[in-house]
Amino acid sequence: MFDVAIIGGGAVGTSIARELSRYKLLVVVLEKEEEPAFGVSKSNSGIIHPGTQNPPGLLKSRLCVEGNRLTRVIAQELGVDFKEVGELIVAFTEEEIFRLHRLLEDARALRVPGVRMVDQVWLRGHEPHLSPRVKAALFAPTAGIISPYRLVYDLAENALRNGVQIHTDSRVTAIENTRPHFIVHTSKGPFKAKYVVNAAGLYADGICRMLGITDVAIKPVKGEEFILDKKRAYLTNHLIFPLPSQSTKGILVIKTADGNPMVGPTATEAESKEDLSTSQEGLEKVFSAVKRMVPEINEKDIIAYFAGLRPKAGEDFIIRSEQAAHGCITVAGIQSPGLTAAPAIARMVTRLLRQQGLGLRRKILFHGHRKRSVHLFAVKPAETQKLIEQDPGYGDIVCRCEMVSAKEIRDAILRGATTLDGIKFRTRCQAGRCHGSFCTTRVMKMLAGERGIPVTAVTKRGKGSEVVKHDRADD
Amino acid sequence: MQKTITCIECPAGCTLAVDYEGCIVQRVSGEKCPKGAEYAKNEIQNPQRILTTAVLCDGLEVKMLAVRTDKPIPKQKLFEAMEAVRTIRVNAPVKAGETIVKDLLGLGADLVATRTAARQEKQI
Amino acid sequence: MTGPMIERELVIVGGGPAGMAAALAAHGQGVRDILLIERDQFLGGILNQCVHTGFGLTYFKEVLTGPEYADRFVTKINSTPAIETSLRTFAVALSRTKVLTVIKPGRLQNIAARALIMATGCREKTREMIHIPGTRPAGIFPAGLAQKLINVEGLLPGNEVVIVGSGDIGLIMARRFTLEGAKVRAVIEIESASRGLVRNLTQCVYDFDIPVYFNHMISRIHGKDRVEKVEVVKVDGQRRPIPGSKFELSCDTLLVSVGLIPENELIEMAGVRLDEKTNSPVSEAPNTTAIPGLFVCGNAYKVYDVADSVTADSQLCGRLAAEYLLKIQGDSFRPLSPLEKPCKRR
Repeated sequence: MFDVAIIGGGAVGTSIARELSRYKLLVVVLEKEEEPAFGVSKSNSGIIHPGTQNPPGLLKSRLCVEGNRLTRVIAQELGVDFKEVGELIVAFTEEEIFRLHRLLEDARALRVPGVRMVDQVWLRGHEPHLSPRVKAALFAPTAGIISPYRLVYDLAENALRNGVQIHTDSRVTAIENTRPHFIVHTSKGPFKAKYVVNAAGLYADGICRMLGITDVAIKPVKGEEFILDKKRAYLTNHLIFPLPSQSTKGILVIKTADGNPMVGPTATEAESKEDLSTSQEGLEKVFSAVKRMVPEINEKDIIAYFAGLRPKAGEDFIIRSEQAAHGCITVAGIQSPGLTAAPAIARMVTRLLRQQGLGLRRKILFHGHRKRSVHLFAVKPAETQKLIEQDPGYGDIVCRCEMVSAKEIRDAILRGATTLDGIKFRTRCQAGRCHGSFCTTRVMKMLAGERGIPVTAVTKRGKGSEVVKHDRADD
Repeated sequence: MQKTITCIECPAGCTLAVDYEGCIVQRVSGEKCPKGAEYAKNEIQNPQRILTTAVLCDGLEVKMLAVRTDKPIPKQKLFEAMEAVRTIRVNAPVKAGETIVKDLLGLGADLVATRTAARQEKQI
Repeated sequence: MTGPMIERELVIVGGGPAGMAAALAAHGQGVRDILLIERDQFLGGILNQCVHTGFGLTYFKEVLTGPEYADRFVTKINSTPAIETSLRTFAVALSRTKVLTVIKPGRLQNIAARALIMATGCREKTREMIHIPGTRPAGIFPAGLAQKLINVEGLLPGNEVVIVGSGDIGLIMARRFTLEGAKVRAVIEIESASRGLVRNLTQCVYDFDIPVYFNHMISRIHGKDRVEKVEVVKVDGQRRPIPGSKFELSCDTLLVSVGLIPENELIEMAGVRLDEKTNSPVSEAPNTTAIPGLFVCGNAYKVYDVADSVTADSQLCGRLAAEYLLKIQGDSFRPLSPLEKPCKRR
């Protein structure tokens, strides 16, 4: 019998799991995909928002500001790179400048630190590739960037270290409310738990229905994003935003934790919760929008693109304990700024669980810190030299575009990567400009070797996505 | 009868106009070198291709050994030859040019290694 | 700069046809301290996976396969003691002063080169570079990766294949897949004629009755986990889709063969400007760069159709580097000798 079953192994689910792992509780995370972060989280922009573009009255606004502060602590504890790059919301007209002042007031009401207006002279000095047509901008220095998947993997790893169980490839098929506990049926068998936390992202409404809750509906909103060659990292120093619209923060120029600029996202109603396709229209829309702000951005520098789905359930987040199903906490509609808010959501959920009667006793020994993963691309040559002396595997480069060594890949596999995408998200191997042309075969062999599976069973992202069909050695 | 074919003897890829009657080639034009006429004749009478592929190894430093037929073989025999190649295992070190199978399928061509492969050493 | 530093007369990055030809040519001109760096465990580069014929007709006046063509040069390199080969060695950084940082199992090393030839070859353009819309499932391969999987790893990527682009590797892979028992559904080319050599179109595609759609492009990829089908559409002279011309092809694999780009990120790191369109170095004379003593040859200099041209280009480059070294001999550089014992040769 588990104390808490968390449905969903994304940024929210793993944040909650790690938060709960501070206490003497038996916690299980149930993830339907092959690895954590393979749902909504994998297509996140990686922005840690300062809290500037949300109306002060909303839950998500408050959680965003709190989450921005907490993320810094968590990044430090888990050894994930967090860079405070700051953001600029740009204005082209007097009318837009007027609207910036309104945003400034909102931000001050939410106590977003350091927010201020900057003029063209400031912009020319600090953001030289910005369009000269930008008249002014709202500057929020506490905006930051993080690798969304590395954050999730490190949260998951740290939760595991503190006793949480994580079951992947475990799709929830039904939930029985057998008071005072639940039986969560999954594709990998049943799990009994006293409390259930529904952090199922796009599928949170389906989980709600299994519990007899009918007022949650997730409407996926698709966002297409385009990643540019690292060579163009010089184009911007900050995150560049247009003025937000009613529903979204607009199409942005994003700096990423990996150094590649990224542009997007679009916001269109998705046909289904499985629709991750990109389109020519999306590309045109994104580039015309970002070129207006940074004219030197060019489609020629695209090295990758993807679409993600925002799990939208109305304007605000839905985080509540359910009257209809005592012991169940719903965490739904976590769209932007969900990644930023995740640690604050985790705290809120913990409080809600306590209110529902869950006893919280702190563990005497909570291993809050985790050894920072090595990424050669982020390491200075002197340190690389030392690493290679410690382990020759660091001297065995597998991915040349992103400079990833065999040791890093083996570590990723030891730490739980079971797929090519899992390795890519953790190490950046295959994520560069050649898109795995040179390293895929080696990574496949390493995965097969370390996991003791045939190379024909190696997948891109789980069952059904096997990379090759046949091995001559099996003839 | 007339037929237009592309010569595959070299990267120039000449377009050849071939006049022929049954198996007899009467006239070839469009070639930039003498190989063209020879190619056209073969193409009408008995189209032939060199088979290049790879065979499975065991205990060598490569998993697959690149091989070829040392002479062209009839085009329609390519798939049959591939079937035969599929059953071969190479487990002793080879040098480029060494024969792997003599007179493959009785077609008069040998299957030869096109690269050198030593025994597998322990990987670091 | 950190880590041990060694000094060398001529360093060549890349042990494919270009690097080997440059090394031998420089040696022929009297250079006696040459270090050839290769990231793979074998010399030969991409030739090792090109098991097909079509090599050597100009240079050797013979019909050779890729591995055979490579073998001729490997044999010469291995019997030339003045050329030291360092395998499984990655060049990871290059400075303006021609200090090359390399990583190999067990160590990181800085090499100060008096002259440096980059023979780093090229990479394939990807699906992402031509912006094909749709999903991103397993089963989309650059043609060269599929070639390596089949010819080197003995792994068949798929059973039903559509090839986008008529680059030579794609055409050659149409035949290779067919011989391996897979079904090649079509070759889709946006241009009105083949980008690859017409002989390859003949012997690799038409020989096996594979349909080729010129003036067509792939407008969408379908499939959640694995490629399931692609949408194909006819285009007009301005490459705009013609309404009503769309059709679907079911397949489990999409090969992308839409061209090659010189791999020049290392010299760019050193400050050499690359041409926006071609990714070749911007320079005044062939094979040179704005940095004296830094040369580029083979497909890294410019993408060639056949390996024989790569060899010819690289031989010229090897001689250029030798001339350069001769010219600076009188300069105030101290005489260079390898400070370290050459590493064990395979």
